[in-house]
Amino acid sequence: MSVEYGLTLTLLAFMLLAAWALARSDDLLAAVMLAGIISLASAAVFTVMDAVDVAFTEAAVGAGVATLLSVRALGVLGERRAAGRARVGLPFLVVLVCGGLLLYGTADLPAYGDPAAPAMQHVAPHYLARGGVETGVPNIVTAVLASYRGFDTFGELVVIFTAGLGVLTLLAGSGVSGARSEVDAGDRDIIVRQVVKWLVPFVLLFALYVQFHGDYGPGGGFQAGVIFAAGMVLYALTFGLPRLERVLPPSRLRLLAATGVWLYGGVGVACLLRGGAFLDYAVLAEDAVDGQHLGILLVELGVGLTVFSVMVLIYRAFTRQRHGGVE
Amino acid sequence: MSAAWLPVLPVVAPLLAAPLWLVVRRPQVAWWGSMAVGAVAFAAAAALLVTVLRNGPVDYAFGGWPPPIGIAYRIDLLGAFVLVLVSGVSWVVSWAGGRGVEREVDEPRRALFFSAYLLCLAGLSGMVLTGDLFNLFVFLEISSLSTYVLVAAGRDRRALPASFRYLIMGTVGATFVLIGIGLLYAGTGTLNMADLAARLPEAFDRRAVHTGIVFLIVGIAIKAALFPLHHWLPDAYARAPGVVSAFLAATATKVAIYVFIRVVFFVFGAQATLEALAVQHTLTALAAAAVVFGSWAALRQDDTKRLLAYSSVAQIGYIVLGLMLADVAGLQAGLTHLFNHALMKGALFLALVAVVYHGGGQRLSDLAGLGARMPLTAAVIVIGGLSLIGVPLTAGFVGKWLLVEAAAAKGAWWLIAVVVVGSVFALGYVGRMLEALYFRAPAAQGGAGIAEAPLGLLVPALVLAAANLYFGIDTRLSAGLAGRVAAALGGAG
Amino acid sequence: MNGVAHAWLIVALMMSGLYIVMASAHLFKKLIGLSVFQVSVFMLYISLGVVEGAAPPIVEPGVDAYSNPLPHVLILTAIVVGIATMALALALLVRIRRAYGTLDEAALAAKDEDA
Repeated sequence: MSVEYGLTLTLLAFMLLAAWALARSDDLLAAVMLAGIISLASAAVFTVMDAVDVAFTEAAVGAGVATLLSVRALGVLGERRAAGRARVGLPFLVVLVCGGLLLYGTADLPAYGDPAAPAMQHVAPHYLARGGVETGVPNIVTAVLASYRGFDTFGELVVIFTAGLGVLTLLAGSGVSGARSEVDAGDRDIIVRQVVKWLVPFVLLFALYVQFHGDYGPGGGFQAGVIFAAGMVLYALTFGLPRLERVLPPSRLRLLAATGVWLYGGVGVACLLRGGAFLDYAVLAEDAVDGQHLGILLVELGVGLTVFSVMVLIYRAFTRQRHGGVE
Repeated sequence: MSAAWLPVLPVVAPLLAAPLWLVVRRPQVAWWGSMAVGAVAFAAAAALLVTVLRNGPVDYAFGGWPPPIGIAYRIDLLGAFVLVLVSGVSWVVSWAGGRGVEREVDEPRRALFFSAYLLCLAGLSGMVLTGDLFNLFVFLEISSLSTYVLVAAGRDRRALPASFRYLIMGTVGATFVLIGIGLLYAGTGTLNMADLAARLPEAFDRRAVHTGIVFLIVGIAIKAALFPLHHWLPDAYARAPGVVSAFLAATATKVAIYVFIRVVFFVFGAQATLEALAVQHTLTALAAAAVVFGSWAALRQDDTKRLLAYSSVAQIGYIVLGLMLADVAGLQAGLTHLFNHALMKGALFLALVAVVYHGGGQRLSDLAGLGARMPLTAAVIVIGGLSLIGVPLTAGFVGKWLLVEAAAAKGAWWLIAVVVVGSVFALGYVGRMLEALYFRAPAAQGGAGIAEAPLGLLVPALVLAAANLYFGIDTRLSAGLAGRVAAALGGAG
Repeated sequence: MNGVAHAWLIVALMMSGLYIVMASAHLFKKLIGLSVFQVSVFMLYISLGVVEGAAPPIVEPGVDAYSNPLPHVLILTAIVVGIATMALALALLVRIRRAYGTLDEAALAAKDEDA
């Protein structure tokens, strides 16, 4: 057994323990934290498994954004404990059947790390052998994500847009717009304010690096959008939501969210207009690889824009809610 | 606009239009704009159907990357047929959107409501057209997320837990689909459906493949609300704004069943899947149970929308019964009923939108006396109801008749008994609605302001009701086309 | 010697998540269970793409064995879908709590029966 495999098994066992604690706990905040720990551990597993882009994203999204939103929502909900009686019989039966089926189904999978496994044949070798040449992008994950399977990524962008639209629809008209001390003031500690003032530009700079360096290293529009949004949230936490809203009013965020989708889809339509298929970036320039470069740059920018603005819009929508209470 | 645009237009047009209403927050503009986009999508779907009828299946490679390296659409007769149905019915239902949201959706949500409507249409259309398993998952989630928003967009607070329950169940279903796709990829190394079909025979002895198929089918069955995985459906349909109920009942479960047909008959191979994995016996039994249970439950409802929702559970049973006969006649019956049921439920749910427009309720007793006060709306309920029972000269008769014929040819007499039992129950629950409409005196208090609904609601309801009569007589487009599709599938299976 | 023991553990984690979704009476906790369920499916996918001794799929001169990039791409998409679903679900919970004053399944059902 290799060291890496042993490490993977250890991490998985640790996650199983956390899940067990989660299942038994009535405390909702503890449940959120345990889920965040599981997510962070999975990011470690992804790193061990050489999936650096996935690890980066899971850490930022699963452990970061999901935990942040859950804690915000818990505050708004005013719920602390899950006291109700759990059902046991049917869930146990379903889990037994599904689990049994999955154990059966995974029993004759090729051994972990086997380079001869069916999943390693056929399509994957093409990406690895030709991806760098055909798209001019050395990070093959970016090449597949933005070009070979660029239509999936357009769909993914629409999914995140739909979520933003859905949150705005559901919470429309139920927020507070007037002054509320904890939202408006932010953190009064002078040291915190100074540190954040210095930190935020670097966070934003890092986001831009991740945005434009995704061709060569882990990263891309999605991760950059999340980090950029994190910078803005940090700013809002410290200096108050109104300060952020002066810089980025909600109407502008909505426009940016739509613009990202239009940029991505617009690149697709531009390809159609130039006689290619939807998202066939090769027709965008004289040279096919130049066209790929341009197309990937633009659609990644679209992803970054929409992800950033949707994240901030969602954060704002939850923060603007009245806490607790019944209509 | 050249023919090269046709395959992407039904999906890309609504996707690019949807963000507009986040920026231009004017409900009227959003409604008219969405109808225009719906018209474009429907026209493109119709043109695609004509193209496929003339020249055979259309292939489209996104990004110019040939499959299985890239994502591809493969639009055959079945896909074009279902796409025309989905885009057509959703377009007609959207005509009712303007008036429909007035009563049932609060003003700040109205413009965004139409964004969600377009996103849902695009998601469903993408599921129909795609030839790639993972792309199917992505568009499934676009349609699902927008559906949760649509269901919860109304004023009825009971829609909120209904939407949440649907979200949990739908996400579990989608995750099952994801597990299935992963295991199939592990067994074959591909995500493209046609490529998978070609590579499966040599991989079929792998356990990962068996398990993958089962998880994919269960995931789809949740989306299709096949008994006993239908729990999300009655509340979601009953509590959603009426226009949403009409839209979903006519399209969402239909697309899930279409996906089922596509993967089972085209990708996995009917023979291998149905027999080797005992899928056929299991699903036949569940479908029969769906017919009996759904119809019986519909009979016991006091809420008209819940009544129609349980009836939908039963109709899904009829469709799957036909498919599981797994011969050309059975497939034709299933597909015909799939087509016609969309027309029935579209018309009936829109009629209920008309009923509540002037302040009417959605209980059976609220229908009392409406036969005289709302004669046209009542006529739509009569036609839709008769079609639901399966009375000759309505569309509902055609599918049921084909199903009975197909069962008789196979000597499956018990199946005919199931159809008869279901139809007797349908007679009962439709009868209860008609009795209230025409033979019960209106409640003494209130109801004074009740008059015929505005044209904006009546026209789409009447169009769908007329379609129920038209397709009861001229069956070339429904049963005729379904027969050609079935023959092609029979050849493939 | 590597085997399929990782798959057993992943399946066990997956089923813990599904169990929490189905067994919890509290809607918020169901949602947390759902995210555990999903994250374990992500790990199942990524484990399919591992190649012993290979590098992450970023092409560099002198390296000839990489892990399979396709599962990575698919799971990046799935992670985004997961957070989208979660955000929407949390907004629904805010509305439910405000309309009913509870997030307990049985209590919710009871409140609508009175109405």
